[in-house]
Amino acid sequence: MSGPVVDNAVPSGNSSVAIPTDISGQILDLDEDDDLEVFSKDTTLTEGSSFNASMQTSPASMINQYKFEEEEEDADTKDIFVTVDNPESLVTAIETYVTYRVMTKTTRSEFDASEFEVRRRYQDFLWLKGRLEEAHPTLIVHPLPEKFVMKGMVERFNEDFIETRRKALHRFLNKIAEHPIFSSTEDFKIFLTAGELTSHKKQGPGFLSRMGETVKAVAATVRGVRNRPEEFTDMQEYVEAFSQKISSLDKVTQRIVREQKEYLEELKECGPMYALWSQSEEELAEPLTSMASSLDSCCKETEERVKQINDHLIPALHEYVLCTETLKAVLRRRDNIQADFEAKTEALATKKADRDTMRDELDKMEDRLEWANNALKSDWTRWRKVMRTDLRSAFIDTAERNVNYYEKCLAVWESFLHSQRTDAEGNAKDDCS
Amino acid sequence: MADSGSEDIAVIGNTDLTPSESENNLKNTMVEKGTSLLKRMEISVAEAEKRTGKNAVNMQETYTVYLIETRPVDAASEGTNPVPDSLWRRYSEFELLRNYLLVTYPFVVVPPLPEKRAEFVWHKLSADNMDPDFVERRRVGLENFLLRVASHPVLSSDKIFYSFLTEENGWKETVFETGFQAKADSRLKALNATFRVKNPDKRFAEMKHYGDELQSVISQLLRVRAVGENKRAADRLYGVYKVHGNYGRVFSEWSAIEKEMGDGLQSAGHHMDAYAASVDDILEEEEHYADQLKEYLFYADALRAVCRKHELTQYELEMAAQDLTSKKQQREELATGTVRTFSLKGMTSKLFGQETPEQREAKLKMLETQIEEGEELVKERNEECDEFVKSAWVDIERFKEQKDHDLREALISYAIMQISMCKKGIQVWNNAKECFSKM
Repeated sequence: MSGPVVDNAVPSGNSSVAIPTDISGQILDLDEDDDLEVFSKDTTLTEGSSFNASMQTSPASMINQYKFEEEEEDADTKDIFVTVDNPESLVTAIETYVTYRVMTKTTRSEFDASEFEVRRRYQDFLWLKGRLEEAHPTLIVHPLPEKFVMKGMVERFNEDFIETRRKALHRFLNKIAEHPIFSSTEDFKIFLTAGELTSHKKQGPGFLSRMGETVKAVAATVRGVRNRPEEFTDMQEYVEAFSQKISSLDKVTQRIVREQKEYLEELKECGPMYALWSQSEEELAEPLTSMASSLDSCCKETEERVKQINDHLIPALHEYVLCTETLKAVLRRRDNIQADFEAKTEALATKKADRDTMRDELDKMEDRLEWANNALKSDWTRWRKVMRTDLRSAFIDTAERNVNYYEKCLAVWESFLHSQRTDAEGNAKDDCS
Repeated sequence: MADSGSEDIAVIGNTDLTPSESENNLKNTMVEKGTSLLKRMEISVAEAEKRTGKNAVNMQETYTVYLIETRPVDAASEGTNPVPDSLWRRYSEFELLRNYLLVTYPFVVVPPLPEKRAEFVWHKLSADNMDPDFVERRRVGLENFLLRVASHPVLSSDKIFYSFLTEENGWKETVFETGFQAKADSRLKALNATFRVKNPDKRFAEMKHYGDELQSVISQLLRVRAVGENKRAADRLYGVYKVHGNYGRVFSEWSAIEKEMGDGLQSAGHHMDAYAASVDDILEEEEHYADQLKEYLFYADALRAVCRKHELTQYELEMAAQDLTSKKQQREELATGTVRTFSLKGMTSKLFGQETPEQREAKLKMLETQIEEGEELVKERNEECDEFVKSAWVDIERFKEQKDHDLREALISYAIMQISMCKKGIQVWNNAKECFSKM
């Protein structure tokens, strides 16, 4: 297979717009008109739109598209494989940053080739996420790892931090690839294949217009929703409760790791003490040395156990902590769409002039709302399923690793016991003879 | 007993205590049933009770008494199982007994008592003298002490010890009547000897050094586990297990908002609770191991005491010999009239004139007597010293064997405890895994 493997020459300078994460949630409440551009019956798709040209664009058919299959995709039917690896630091005159290699292997026809290799930095991932959320405000985008670690910016180039981030970015892209809607978006394709993203980043609403939308969005939040359908209230309640539980689990797990690490510190002192002791002894020298090395082995296993919880369970839980923020944002956006619609409905009732145009607009908004609701409902079901799978396998994995840990320690002590008993038997035989 | 000498360690299944190991652990001691008192008598410290009474300064105090039960061995084997004889003793009486033994048998490495105040006890298990757990562990320690004394080739035949076990009233007076307190060496005397002795037996010097090292390493080991309020290994391990209990709580709450996942989460939560609870047993067993180490920590002290006693007897011998030599020298000087060494007497006689022949004669006679006595003393002390070295070394050898055996058994029981802990861990997490699979 020899598809064009494009090496991404990273653009120097920072020409793309970095969206601060704190207002990104509200920026994506697009102006009604922009939305309509994409969703109207006579669509002229703009470049860089998140929709595949071959998809039908009538609201009715769009609603159908969101009735996801009940069965999940088989691994066998997976036709796209994405990996994120090979982090490298890049130093320019202005800044230093890390790029990651993103490799794609696919059999999909809409891709020009079957293999791609590009380099992307964290900002690029942010861009992709932003684009997807813009286009699908009520679909659930898997969270990205956080921008900065609380401990300080110095950590940014720390090996562990980069590795943790790399793994999270890898999971992010794979979740996108597994998502029935997102994985077929143009933006996703561009992200995976384009030599450089700068030119693509320039398209789409600018920063200032986004700011304008924020104000509208805040206003919408203040307005509030009148008749929220019960299922969305249920969703919100669930998200609240889930958010608490998953945060607790995250905290509990972090605490366990802390205690384990401190226990390890103490335990490490024991082995050497027994070794020291054995030097003063004659008959006891061998059992004491054996004891020392057994303790040392157990220490190693404990260290390994801690590392594994750190590397596997904690990231998994943490991602779902971040997910709850995403879910809350999605529910908010849906509420805003409904609030807008309700406001418009009221306005229609009071206004005398322009009734026809307003009614048209209202119809479009109603479609939009219905579409948003259905999208959320389907994606919600999907998300629940994925969450269940992810967390279940994370916990099973943890349980397995713990079993493994105890099995290894068991072997160490059984071996020690065996050696002591055999010795005792040997001594007994000597005594008798 | 053990499995075949298979190289595949994982195959070993028999990690339970063998009958002999179990018996040893129970008694926490290498008990030579064939010797002396234990041949004839079963001894146990069966119970503990709180008492209140007036103390020496007529103030109310609360203290604990321990019930010592004794029963002739034959009775049990006859199958009649009579009620054992019993009496109550408090800790201070045990101390008195031990002090008596220390003074009366200075060549014996005397078994130690359990600690008076809990020093190395992990703080979540109480250090309060009145606390039931502490009292219980002390009861075990006291019983262990009695068994060790009763199985000792020399100590077990002591009459005071026997009456300690059998005569509740008037025992204290009997002990004091032996006048043992007068025989006790003063600390100062002993310290002085340690510094000034010239030719102690090398083996004893080595043993003393060994005692120092043993004490040092065991106290460090105990310190890593737990010292007073410090958060050390025991606390940490406790923390690791108990925090898992939080999983149980959160899983339970979480299961309430889930449909399909609910059952799996709920049952997994139960296993997390079980895991958290299992640490209590683990730490209790580790405390038992710590107790075994502690006994030898205190034994190290007893060992050093024997070595110091040797230094003292050796020193006294050296002093007597030195004294004798100087007296002989004086005699020579007097007899030949030469003053070889500087002496005040020599100077004064130069200054104030020589002594009269009668005076000299008198002095010579006195010296002769002293020399005679001195030679007797040196002979005595020499014998004492030899006796002591011989019998002390015998007991030290006995102690060494006992120590090697006991500590090895302790290590083995530690391993068995770890094995049990690992097996429980495997079980819990396998169960949890099954529950998670049902999520």
